[in-house]
Formats: sequence, C-alpha cells, structure tokens
Amino acid sequence: MELRSRVPDGPIEQKWDKHRFDLKLVNPANKRKYEIIVVGSGLAGAAAAATLGELGYKVKCFTYHDSPRRAHSIAAQGGINAAKNYQNDGDSIYRLFYDTVKGGDFRAREANVYRLAQVSLNIIDQCVAQGVPFAREYGGLLANRSFGGAQVSRTFYARGQTGQQLLLGAYSALERQIAAGTVTMYPRSEMLDVIVVDGHARGIVVRDMVTGKISSHMANAVALGTGGYSNVFFLSTNAKACNVTATWRAYRRGAAFANPCFTQIHPTCIPQAGDYQSKLTLMSESLRNDGRIWVPQQPGDTRAAKDIPDAERDYYLERIYPSFGNLSPRDVSSRRAKEMVDNGQGVGVEKNGVYLDFQDAIQRLGQHVIAERYGNLFDMYQQITGENPYQVPMRIYPAPHYTMGGLWVDYNLMSTLPGLFVIGEANFSDHGANRLGASALMQGLADGYFVLPYTIGEYLTSNKAGSVAADVPEAKAAEAQAAETTQRLLGVNGKRTVDVFHRELGRVMWNECGMARNATGLKRALAEIPRIREEFWTDVRVPGSGLELNQELEKAGRVADFLEFAELMCLDALGRDESCGGHFREEHQTPDGEAKRDDEQFAHVAAWAYQGPNATPALHKEPLAFEYVHLATRSYK
Amino acid sequence: MRLTLHVWRQASGSPSGRFERYDMPDADEHMSFLEMLDVLNNRLIEQGKDPIAFEHDCREGICGSCGMVINGRPHGPVQRVTACQLHMRSFKDGDDIWLEPWRARAFPVLKDLVVDRSAFDRIIQAGGYISIRTGAAPDANAVPIPKRDADSAMDAAACIGCGACVAACPNGSAMLFTAAKISHLGLLPQGQPERFSRVLDMVGTMDEEGFGSCTNHGSCEAACPKGISLDFIARLNRDLIRATLGKGMEVEAPAGGAG
Repeated sequence: MELRSRVPDGPIEQKWDKHRFDLKLVNPANKRKYEIIVVGSGLAGAAAAATLGELGYKVKCFTYHDSPRRAHSIAAQGGINAAKNYQNDGDSIYRLFYDTVKGGDFRAREANVYRLAQVSLNIIDQCVAQGVPFAREYGGLLANRSFGGAQVSRTFYARGQTGQQLLLGAYSALERQIAAGTVTMYPRSEMLDVIVVDGHARGIVVRDMVTGKISSHMANAVALGTGGYSNVFFLSTNAKACNVTATWRAYRRGAAFANPCFTQIHPTCIPQAGDYQSKLTLMSESLRNDGRIWVPQQPGDTRAAKDIPDAERDYYLERIYPSFGNLSPRDVSSRRAKEMVDNGQGVGVEKNGVYLDFQDAIQRLGQHVIAERYGNLFDMYQQITGENPYQVPMRIYPAPHYTMGGLWVDYNLMSTLPGLFVIGEANFSDHGANRLGASALMQGLADGYFVLPYTIGEYLTSNKAGSVAADVPEAKAAEAQAAETTQRLLGVNGKRTVDVFHRELGRVMWNECGMARNATGLKRALAEIPRIREEFWTDVRVPGSGLELNQELEKAGRVADFLEFAELMCLDALGRDESCGGHFREEHQTPDGEAKRDDEQFAHVAAWAYQGPNATPALHKEPLAFEYVHLATRSYK
Repeated sequence: MRLTLHVWRQASGSPSGRFERYDMPDADEHMSFLEMLDVLNNRLIEQGKDPIAFEHDCREGICGSCGMVINGRPHGPVQRVTACQLHMRSFKDGDDIWLEPWRARAFPVLKDLVVDRSAFDRIIQAGGYISIRTGAAPDANAVPIPKRDADSAMDAAACIGCGACVAACPNGSAMLFTAAKISHLGLLPQGQPERFSRVLDMVGTMDEEGFGSCTNHGSCEAACPKGISLDFIARLNRDLIRATLGKGMEVEAPAGGAG
C-alpha cells in the first residue's frame, strides 16, 4: 500500500488555491450523471450532501437516525473557531494554523491544517447567511469567546448550543436539496458494508432499521461522515448510537486506519455516579473562561468546598501553567486532573472529581452575567447532579470525548480505497494527537462545505467508471455477508446482554488505553480483548428477529465491531512508543510530568492496513514534515 | 425505590398494542429515567423477553430523539426537561408509572414507544430554510443584527424537534414546532426575502401531513422541554394573515425574493 498524500507544491499560503485551479472540473451537464453516496448527516455529511446536491450531482444520503437533524454534532456546546480577527487581538489564518499544529503536538499534516484555517472564514459567512443565530454584541456584530489552547478570542458561539445551531443550518440546507430532488434521504438506514468493484468503492450495503431489509446502493463515489469511536470506552460523552461500524467495515475492505490511538479525553465532564451509568455528560470547555479549577491541598480533605479557605486550595492549572491557566489545552488539563484524583485530592462522595468554581466570576460579574453565558449548562448540571452550581462548585472529571484518529485520507480527503472519501471526525487529518476546543465543528463544516465538493470532482473525471448495477456479484456477496452476520448474532442465544460485553470492553479500554498508557497495560489489554470477543460470540443474547425494528440487534453489530477495533487501537498505542498530545505513554514523560515526544522515530502518521480476519494488520508510515511550524516542545507555562 | 411500570407495547408493524405491567423493585434515585429503563430491558432480555423499544441518543436533552408520555405528560413530570434528563429523584417509592408513545395522527407508532416523526422533516422541506448557495455568502459582519433580534431568533431556534408539543396538543397540532422555525428565520434580516412564501408553504404542508389545527390551548408550551414560547405562534399567525392577504411581499420584501 502506498500512502500518497497528494499535497500540492508551493508555499503553504498558495497550495489550496493552486490545487483548486489544478483540479479537473466536471461539466455542469455531466454532474447529474454522477451518483454520490454520503453516509452520515452530521455537520460533515449534511454539509457535503447539501453542497453536492446543489452543484447538480445525484446524491443519496444515509443516516441511522429517524431524521438527519439528530446526528451527534447537535450536542456540541461551546463554539466554532474562525480566524476572522473581529476582536482585533492579533488573530490571523497563520495564527490559527500555528495554534492547531502546535495544539496537535506536531502530528498533523501542515498543508491540511493551513487549508482548514483558510476556509474557517468562509464557514462563518456561510452559517450567518443560513440564519445561524450566533451570539452578538449590542452593536449587532458577532461576539467571540476564548477557548483552550489559544490566546486570542476566535470562537463563535450560539449560547451553549453551537453544534445544534450549526447542524440545524446544515440540515436546513440539506432539506432544501431534498425538496429540490437533488438529494434522496434514507433515514433509519444503517450502513453495514462498502461494496468494492475492481478496486474502487462503488456502493454500500444498508439495513433498513424498520423492516430489517438488507439492500445495496450503488454510486460513482462514496463519502463517509460517520463520526468517531469514543464509545469504544462504553462511557463517553458521545451519543449512545455513535459507533465505529462504517469506518471499521471500510477498513476491512481496504481503507487504512490512521492513528487509532489518538483519542481525546475532555477535561470537563460530570463524574460517574453509579454502576448503571449509561453515558457521561460534557460540561462545555467554555466554562473554563470563568470557572477556576481547584482541589483541596490536603489529600483526603472531607470538608465542604465553602469551608476550605483559599490558602488551603490548590488552583493547580493556574499554578503549573501561569500563562494559560484554566484555559490550558484539553490533554494537559485532563492529565493533571487525573493526577490530582490519583493523589487522593479528588472531591465529591466518590472522590472522583475536581472543582470548577464560579464564585469569583459571580462576585466579579454578577450572577445574571454568568446565567446569560452558561445558563443552560448550569441547569443541565443541576438536573443531573441535584446540586446548584451557582451555590456550590461544579464537580468535573475527564471523559472520552473525541477521536483524532480515523480513516487515512490524502489532501483530497480520499482514503486508500479509491472512490471512498472520508470527512469530519471519521478521518484522521487535521488535529494530530490533540484537538483544540471549537475545532471539530470547524473541520466538519470545512470538509463538507468547502473541501470535498471540489476534490471529489477530480476523482470522478479521472476515473470514468460508469454506473454499476446493484446486482453485480460483489454487491450480492456483501449483502449475503451482512445477512449472515445478522443471523449469527441472533443465533448465539447465550446468557449475557450486549451491554454487559460493551461495559467490560469499556473498562479494559479505559484502564489500559485511556488517559495514561504503558506497555504492560496495553499488552494486558491485547490479551483481554480477544477473550471478551470470543465470549461475546458464544454467550451474547440478542432477542427478536432480523426482520423488525430491533434495537438490541443494532447495538450487537456495533459492539461486535468495537470488539475488533479495540485491538487495533491498543496495537497502535503500543507501537507508538512516545508521548504526544492525548496519547500519554507513562514511560515517556519529563520530570515534571509533561508528554515527551520522540520526533526522531515518530513524526509520522501510523496507517494500518487490514490483512485478514486473524492476521496482524500491516503498518504503513506517512512521514510528517514541519516546514512552517517548527518542531518544538509544547509549553503552556 | 420500588416502582410499578405500565408500558405501552406494540409489536413492529402491528396496528394495535396494549399496556403491560413490569415491577421495578430497586430503582435508584440517582439513575436517569432512561437508565432505569436500560436496567429493566437488560433484565427482560435475560428472561428471554422482548425489551421495550424507545428512542434516545445524546441523553443530554439536545438531539430530540427521546420522548415518551410519562404519566400523561410528554417527557414526564418536570418542566423544561426531556425524558433523558429526567432523574428518578423526581419519583417516589411505590409510584405507578404509565409510559406511552406520542399519540398523534401524524406520528404513527413503529414499535412500543417509537413513533415516526418524519412529517417534521417534510414541514422543514417546505420552506424551513434560507436559500443560500454554499460559497455565496457575504462577510458575516456585513449585516449587523440587533442583539435583541438575534436573541429572540435563538430562543425560537432552540427547538429540538422532539414532538412533545404535538403529543401535548389535544388537536395534535404542530403549530409550535412550525412557528419556532418561522420565527427563527423571520426575525433575521437574512430570512426576509422568503418570509411570506415560507409561512404559506410550511403551514400548508403541516395541514397536509395530518396535524390538527391550533386552538390556542397552550399545552404545547407547557410541555416543551426547551420552553419555546406561545408568542411565536402569534407571530406565525400575523405572518400568515399578511401572506394570505397578499400584502406581505410588497411591504416586507420590496427587493423581490422568492415570494
């Protein structure tokens, strides 16, 4: 397998413009002859489907939700970055590029990141024109807030519901195209496989989640915008249905999986409350603008927060990172919180959290200002915990939140399987080993609105593959395989439910491949995972039949894929014998506990290629060059 | 706490259903309502029974997937809270809990507590958007928008499309849902060119989809987990009257538009 990144030549500022000019155009009259499948209807998928439909392509868009508006992008709270420099505080495309490469701990591809920073400007324009009600100042202009890992205010937001408003914007653009007949929407449809004909992705196999019917859909190209895999940990901030199935099955058909061990643990989530807990709830990072994070200085201190005098509190982020303080990047903040809790300084009944305290901000600004900024988050916190955060500090702890790894893509966002494009969180491309806050929404919309619609044309014109009938042998074989897997899941008829296995896998992954990793633990996980998988296939119980709405069956298929994927994740984490960003190998740290990169050996993308059911995957490396942002130790002190 | 659940069970593809009784002897007050159902479902599976189908996804009150009528109230007893954000501390030992799907002509039941809400998508398709081509937008700060208008638009745009308003309405009307979208876009300068065609098309589709009429009953606002105000329905009605009388286009959109 050859990893050709197809990054254009020339100065970084000119690469994208030059590339857009060099890309072949598709004659408007020919566009309607090309069919494109988009899987997923989140920010990336909905934006891509809408834009491709608008350009005249025949688009089919698939989602497992009942409506495209339910995609998990909707839950993003804090905001979206753009280098508008509306605050006149020194921001620029170059600074956003610089912050993102540095924030990613030098494991992202420079050219992609620069392009992302460039199109960030167009995204905000586009969203405002669509009617996204961003926060505004009294003069009527757009407001900004700051976010972790940056010293400028470049984050645009709509209260604590930015993801919702951006997704509803993309959703409305998509619905407009559906009404115009350029996009056909397939809700409640789960992708189960990619159909490969003559080495190119030519379609997908889909299960209708209401009738259970399995069928094939063919196209000239396929784009996956199917999100990330944080639910491999069972407990994460992701929605319950988020899964790795689409990308994993594409991997098994020939798309390389890049940097699967790069996962982001978000520092501000509500700590776990009991064994029955089904998911973790994020409290937006934007809270760190006004909240101060602290723990009691004395381990085992059981006093209530208000009874601990200031002198006996450790505002540890402000202490260790005076320049960034409470706005230190996510990986750094998460790790320090873990350190405090591990050291016995945790707070709450279970001693499994740290305080995020708003008393100073409330005194300085008044409760009404805090309520206006974060009201819905405070309400949500109170609803979940039963505590009033205006009166007592919030308790927070890190939780799996986002995955930087994903299917490998070139500069055109095409995977190593020709004709298969990957957009948004599902690809690996822009965030390196750690994503900065408010950058996921930016990347999803950049890929969907402004990158894929250009680059896919190049593939379509240079591969004049005609349309393929849905009854080609490759499609029939993939359908039969999907049906067989369904039958196998239903036929085990064991004793334990799908959730039991998922929780067990999650426990192993959180303990051995979570916030801190080491070789011994990863080897332990690599022995445990196949055991759980084997037990799953001999003892899982999936009730009902395949020909009805069967939520347990849907879940079982996804967990079966997580049970395979988890192994690749640990293999990658073991192989990357350095610390970088969210990947913290305990063997590699500085004396004061910071991540220690090994640029000599690991300044590369690790892309894994499937070699068959029981074979070790093959590792391919894409070297990373840093010509503009020079390799340096990240410091937020 | 010990609870008795009475849950509406309706098989996939079946036109009718009935209540079934389940004992829940050990619910914890810190569980969310859906976690309580998870525990029950895992037990049902272990006993070889069919688990209760219900929709849910984000479990943070924003995706709008979840929704069921709990003791006669959409999303249950706590105001401004979705079923997924409801916690068991809102119930007490010995309670009987009745669970039903949204009941409305436009929302056919698919299975148990799961209904088909695709009629909402078709209302949006009729005009719940601003016709802007990707890449055609002017600079985001080119048109200042008074903060008050932007805030009101955001109040309306906060709708999560869960359908509680329809379930709560004795007429099964989708007025609050439709009014929220019409107000969100109609309050912004970008939404003006299509303002009056939008209200005609969306209300027309709402009627075609089998939703009932609005009689200003107000239960929609009371049931809405996001507190979308009834005032938006008044706003929709004003726009609808102007659009129907044909004056809207001349008064509000002199530069033309999709009228």
